[in-house]
Amino acid sequence: MISYLFLQYYWWMIISLLAGLLIFLMFVQGGQSMIFSLPVNNSQKTMIINAMGRKWEFTFTTLVTFGGAFFASFPLFYATSFGGAYWLWMAILFSFTIQAIAYEYRSKPANVLGQKTFDIFLLINGTLGPFLIGTAVATFFTGSQFSLDQMNHVRWQTPWHGLEALLNGRNLALGLAVLFLARSNGLLYIINSIDDNDLCRRAVNKLMVNSVAFLAFFLLFVITLLISDAYAVNGKTGQIVIEKFKYLHNFIMMPYALIIFLAGVCAVLYGIGVTIFRRDKKGIWFTGPGTILVVLALFLVAGLNNTSFYPSSFDPGSSLTIKNASSSFFTLKTMMFVSFIIPFVAGYIWYAWKAINNKKITNEEMKEDGHVY
Amino acid sequence: MIENVDMSLVDWSRAQFALTAIYHWIFVPLTLGLSFLVAMMETVYVRTGREEWKRMTRFWMTLFGINFAIGVATGIILEFEFGTNWSNYSWFVGDIFGAPLAIEGILAFFLESTFVAVMFFGWNKVSKKFHLASSWLVAIGANLSALWILVANAWMQNPVGMVFNPDTARNEMVDFWAVLFNPVAVDKFLHTIFSGFLLASVFVMGVSAWFLLKKREEWMAKRSILIASIFGLFSSLMVALTGDSSAKTLAVVQPVKFAAFEAHYTGGRNAGLTVIGLLKDSDRNIGEKKEKDFVFSIKIPNMLSIMTGGDKDVYVPGIRELVTGGNNEQNILSVEKKMENGRIALQVLNDYKNAKKANNKEQIESVRNIFRDKSFIDNYFRYFGYAFLRSPEDAIPNVPIAFYSFHLMVMLGFFFIAVCAISIFLLLRGTLQKSRWFLWIVLLSIPLAYIASESGWILAEMGRQPWIIQDLMPVSQAVSHLSVGSVMTTFILFAVLFTALLIAEVSIMIRQIKIGPKHQEE
Ligand code: HDD
Ligand code: HEM
Ligand code: HEM
Repeated sequence: MISYLFLQYYWWMIISLLAGLLIFLMFVQGGQSMIFSLPVNNSQKTMIINAMGRKWEFTFTTLVTFGGAFFASFPLFYATSFGGAYWLWMAILFSFTIQAIAYEYRSKPANVLGQKTFDIFLLINGTLGPFLIGTAVATFFTGSQFSLDQMNHVRWQTPWHGLEALLNGRNLALGLAVLFLARSNGLLYIINSIDDNDLCRRAVNKLMVNSVAFLAFFLLFVITLLISDAYAVNGKTGQIVIEKFKYLHNFIMMPYALIIFLAGVCAVLYGIGVTIFRRDKKGIWFTGPGTILVVLALFLVAGLNNTSFYPSSFDPGSSLTIKNASSSFFTLKTMMFVSFIIPFVAGYIWYAWKAINNKKITNEEMKEDGHVY
Repeated sequence: MIENVDMSLVDWSRAQFALTAIYHWIFVPLTLGLSFLVAMMETVYVRTGREEWKRMTRFWMTLFGINFAIGVATGIILEFEFGTNWSNYSWFVGDIFGAPLAIEGILAFFLESTFVAVMFFGWNKVSKKFHLASSWLVAIGANLSALWILVANAWMQNPVGMVFNPDTARNEMVDFWAVLFNPVAVDKFLHTIFSGFLLASVFVMGVSAWFLLKKREEWMAKRSILIASIFGLFSSLMVALTGDSSAKTLAVVQPVKFAAFEAHYTGGRNAGLTVIGLLKDSDRNIGEKKEKDFVFSIKIPNMLSIMTGGDKDVYVPGIRELVTGGNNEQNILSVEKKMENGRIALQVLNDYKNAKKANNKEQIESVRNIFRDKSFIDNYFRYFGYAFLRSPEDAIPNVPIAFYSFHLMVMLGFFFIAVCAISIFLLLRGTLQKSRWFLWIVLLSIPLAYIASESGWILAEMGRQPWIIQDLMPVSQAVSHLSVGSVMTTFILFAVLFTALLIAEVSIMIRQIKIGPKHQEE
């Protein structure tokens, strides 16, 4: 028989996987953040925009599905975080709204706002999107100031409603790490999919800087994570207590999470390494899956092994865990059946991607379809 | 537990949600229908292999793409607004409401976005058949996303398939199929997608009429208008049919909304159906609210009774009886009584919370049993939301808005049946191109289709006030604890942004239409 706890674990895994996928797919945002700084001429810029433009919908849809799946499986998180950290989430949403029209409209005649405006929209989304999402995810570890009343309704305890997350150094470290990771992945994707020697050379140079920045911020975040205290839940009573080195313990007590984490880090480093040192064009094939694994592992240590995944620094008792924040047994079970469709969805996405990506992007290739952004 | 909520916070949150939903709905219906029309045209292309059909397909597909992008942009805000602005609601019902939203993402949005990419970038990369299949899958994906979101919406209008859990203070799903096959969901889904098909048909007809008036692209325009008229006629008939069945369902599950959109104040047998009318304040009151009288109206005698119950002797309650309870024979529970019962349910919940706080095992157990008791659920808990009303007339929505939006929609519905039928008739006679007056009517119908469509939603959503979940939760209890200033600011930001984007969209769209199919690829 399936137990309630199993389903809560199962859904936390799915949420973690979706998060990993989302952070990887933000290579689109990473690419967008460089449309002014990377290309030297208009044709290079158009190629970059089209390389990203053919994929933006996947990232976007993953974000939407991530939100929907979180709502369905851990509705208390959805209610608490979105209703409380209002401004942080609104800023994220805003940046994605302006992205959604930018590709389709930027080069169409009569676009009123002008191409420049739409390109700036892409830049804003490309920079703020990964940075703010990284910052928001960091609060899974660093906590927020909220309390829940008897009806489980949230009260945010600062008038900043989410913006206060930007004042915490550890949050910023993860935000910047995600931003530079997205940019590194964006560069690797460009190197892989665009056929233009000059552009590729510039991309490799830029990759050096961005990957070093990523590593610096990432290390900073991970080290502080391993030495920090966190909220542990007493499995029987549900009481929340502070435990020293909680995340370090989680890695030790869940060796599989440690293995996933290390494998992910190695894959990311390998992908960057072969691109920089061997001019290999396939780096993204390693950093992509590597990114997914690293994020997956971070989410696992955030939520499993009796850890609070959304701690309240104001009222520890209000902290969310995968047990107290989840949907009912029935809903989780129903949704589990739905989740069995995911491999099939992944299958057709894979198939369609291959069908479209079989030619590298060049000036001629873009004209063939007649749908140029 | 009854809190004093700042009403202006509620109003601004409602305004923000309404703004986003109304904007989203400007783009969605065209997606729902145009995706099918494009797939049909491409099917002809693949069958005949004629390049003209491909050009035509690609022309409409370009317009589809422009519209689609902005639909996506507004949709993401809506999805997260349940959390940001209605967080209490999100917890109270998240166990049921979240599921359709997640299924929508997994099942529908990925289908749509994957194959949209093939549709736009795959012309020279995949086989003709694969491309055609992609176009059909986009249409199916779009309409599947409508299915799931409408299941969610229907549940708010008629909550079914759940029980209340006092431990978590929320409703929990116990029957997925009841949620999916909720009668309101079935009506809503069918009526809404057919209204989208109709709107897209009118759009294609109107744009084609413009080409004919300009004497341009006549080959394409004539074929487009033919396909769209047939699809439109079929859809408009289905719209009327499903609209009628929506109204019948509402008479049972949301009788106040039903009475409101008919401006039916005084119940009775042999109730007449108002075809058209103008309202004014009456001198009679229900509580503090003024009743409305007709300045003038055209009524079909007995028709309302016949339409709701199949017989002219069927009693149709009016707003007054629904609020005050009417007489014994009518057997309607007054709002006063419902408020009383709702408060009892709320008291029981408070007792439970107190028992838990005091850790009184016996009492916890005995109160928990009350929540499992069927007669408590049917007679008390189902009126839980009434505990939060301040006076009985709070249960009445805005009658003029419901009345006018409904009547406008229905009139336009019949108007479109006529437009599509006449268009087919003139096409068969071969005189459409010469009937310039009619082409102008078709062209000017485009905005009317949007008005009809938005009216439908305004009726559905404003007509259910004060409830966010019928009888269980009023809007005032659902809202997130934010400052009014925050919500006001985001409202203004969104209003400015969406308006700017809409202007860009419309001007790009008009330019693409003017450019026409020939040159669009340069
Ligand atoms: C082109 C658009 C259009 C047209 C011509 C019509 N409708 Fe409609 N109607 C809608 C578009 C729409 C809609 C936007 O799709 C709504 C909003 C909510 C819903 O379920 O569908 C709607 C709602 C709606 C409702 C309220 C449903 C609810 O509150 O749950 C009723 C009773 C009707 N319609 C009835 C009709 C009738 C009898 C029509 C006669 C021909 C008609 N509609 C034409
Ligand atoms: C308030 C409720 C709604 C929410 C939360 C919502 C949410 C969304 C989201 C997040 C998207 C973007 C999906 C993507 O990434 O591709 C979207 C697009 C879409 N939605 Fe909605 N939606 C709502 C209402 C509706 C309704 C009522 C319908 C149809 C009846 C509908 C049909 C669609 C369709 C067809 C799209 C595809 C994009 C487009 O049409 O331009 N939505 N919606
Ligand atoms: C896309 C078509 C839709 C349109 C044009 C629309 C329109 C509106 C309008 C005008 C209001 C304001 C009502 C008022 O406050 O008096 C509203 C409120 C609301 N609607 Fe919709 N709606 C749509 C679809 C949906 C769907 C599909 C859902 C749910 C799944 C939904 C959920 C809500 C909620 C939660 C509110 C706020 C609370 C309330 O005022 O009741 N809407 N909508």
